[in-house]
Amino acid sequence: MQGGAAGLAYRGRTASIGFARGPFVRVDAGTTGARAAGTLAEESLALRNAIDVASGQIAELATIAGGEAAQILEFQVALLEDEEFIVPIFASIGEGQPADAAWRSVLDEQIAEYNSAEDEYLKARCSDLADLRDRVVNVLRGGEAQALRLPSGAVICADDLPPSRFLEIDWSAGGGLALLRGSPASHVAMLARARGIPMVVQFGAIPETGAMALLDGEGATLELDPGADQIRLFERRREIHRKSRASARAILRRPTALWRGERIKLLINIQRVEDLEHPDAQYADGIGLMRTEFLLTDRGGLPDEETQFQTYDSVVRWTDQRPVTIRTFDAGGDKPVPGFTLDGEANPFLGVRGLRLCLARPDLFAVQLRALARAAVRGNLKVMFPMVTSAEELEAGRRLFADVVQRLKAEGVAAMLPEVGIMVEVPAAALAIASFKASFFSIGSNDLAQYVLACDRSNGALAPLMDPLHPAVLELITRTAEHGRRAGINVSLCGDMASDPRCIPALLNCGLRELSVNASALARIKQTIDRLSSGGGPG
Amino acid sequence: MLDKADGHIFTGNVRLVHAVGMHARPAVKLTKLAKKFQAQISVRVAGAAEWINAKSVAKIMAMRAAHGSTIEIKASGNDAKAAVAALVDLIATDFPDEAS
Repeated sequence: MQGGAAGLAYRGRTASIGFARGPFVRVDAGTTGARAAGTLAEESLALRNAIDVASGQIAELATIAGGEAAQILEFQVALLEDEEFIVPIFASIGEGQPADAAWRSVLDEQIAEYNSAEDEYLKARCSDLADLRDRVVNVLRGGEAQALRLPSGAVICADDLPPSRFLEIDWSAGGGLALLRGSPASHVAMLARARGIPMVVQFGAIPETGAMALLDGEGATLELDPGADQIRLFERRREIHRKSRASARAILRRPTALWRGERIKLLINIQRVEDLEHPDAQYADGIGLMRTEFLLTDRGGLPDEETQFQTYDSVVRWTDQRPVTIRTFDAGGDKPVPGFTLDGEANPFLGVRGLRLCLARPDLFAVQLRALARAAVRGNLKVMFPMVTSAEELEAGRRLFADVVQRLKAEGVAAMLPEVGIMVEVPAAALAIASFKASFFSIGSNDLAQYVLACDRSNGALAPLMDPLHPAVLELITRTAEHGRRAGINVSLCGDMASDPRCIPALLNCGLRELSVNASALARIKQTIDRLSSGGGPG
Repeated sequence: MLDKADGHIFTGNVRLVHAVGMHARPAVKLTKLAKKFQAQISVRVAGAAEWINAKSVAKIMAMRAAHGSTIEIKASGNDAKAAVAALVDLIATDFPDEAS
């Protein structure tokens, strides 16, 4: 890397999406220089005065910034007003420490404590405390709170950036933020997202040099002193991003189009709770499928009831009154789980998987059902069983569920039996759909197609045959939708077909009016339905 | 429980429903509300050894109460009963933004 940083690219972690191209500016924590300490009384007075000045500065900043920024700064003001926090600092001044040293050592101690936290959110509070520490130290050393003088539209690079420094920067001409450390959960990341300022964190090390920078908040990359080709590619990515976000946002805010006089409901599938952080997730009509297998594989060992309850509860609370359908453990098949699934099955796709496995391990299943029954009282929760073949399996699962609810109530724990439905993915279930006393049906088109077409979906050699639009697959979807319509039972589809614009006309023609898609496909599918309802193609 | 009016200790239990637990904003709201009362107010995560001053934001944050944990509140003093009721309500209703 002798010849400078020309054309070098670095990768970090996205904290706020967007694109920035501008002068590269390195900003470092600038409080240097010492001060001469006075008498005990003078030091005590100096700190009291510095706290007042800092408090006033923060309050002024909060007034100008308003909204979320003001709430974030309130934490710093509250700390300055906290006697339990402040008194020990004055005590150590009383023991002969200079004001700045006393202040700094207590703040550093707190910062270290937060930094050792497991929780990323708590860890991210370090930067608020460092902000407060430096502000007070700066006042003590006679420094004015100088506004950062930065070229407009700059890509600012710092080790970390405290929220108040972010607010002091003039972002009106755009710009971006590249942090060597930092966290997507930090307050400054929240501010950047709210302001639409691209921000990438955790770059590690970046050379000090560089005149121009390209920051891509989507790809989490920083390119220094880019060549013409790099700039061209960057501008192309920026343009694609701009267009797709603009049309997606407009379309997401509108209600979904009507199809033959009926409104189509679009829900989302989530693999884990973090999927709800996708910016489009808030526009969904609910969660059509929450998978729970991640609970089995995280950190090894099967999760206890409380861990599961908190997970389910957080999702139910996120959706507020919109429905959430949680699928019980769907392990087995291509998803082996040590200590849960069976080893050595010759044909695991046709083996003990989904509800079959759960019924074979009622001890483990009961823990999940307890957690679900407790979460059911907290919002609009529905539960569905995967891989159901016969009506008797559904009844066995429901009996187990009802027993669990009764036991919880006997223990005085708030619980209820939620609506119970099934995945329709075994052809036998689709063909005998009327035999199931389910509250709702959700078609799992991936497995349904694999079983109907006798094609292992993980076998690439069969890809041309593995066509979800095969008439046999569509026939089973149609039968399920028609039964639902006649019997007044809700039917949706949550497989990959729903996220594929080319499949949407067929699914609507099969009679489906509810689809559950990946959050990243929500805008595109909504747009597809809009086009179809106004007579266009799937796009 | 003591019977003298001014020595009366009032207590309450409430589940922390806030999605990320007792973090900066909930902690600020809790201490702000607690400071409106003259009563001495302490809180702890159910079962914890130490009671914490409900008026100290640093202490409340350090308590690291997780989502779903139960918070115990006790208060003594003139307006202790109202203080406990107000704090229970604040936590149970998930720290709403005040209208004023």
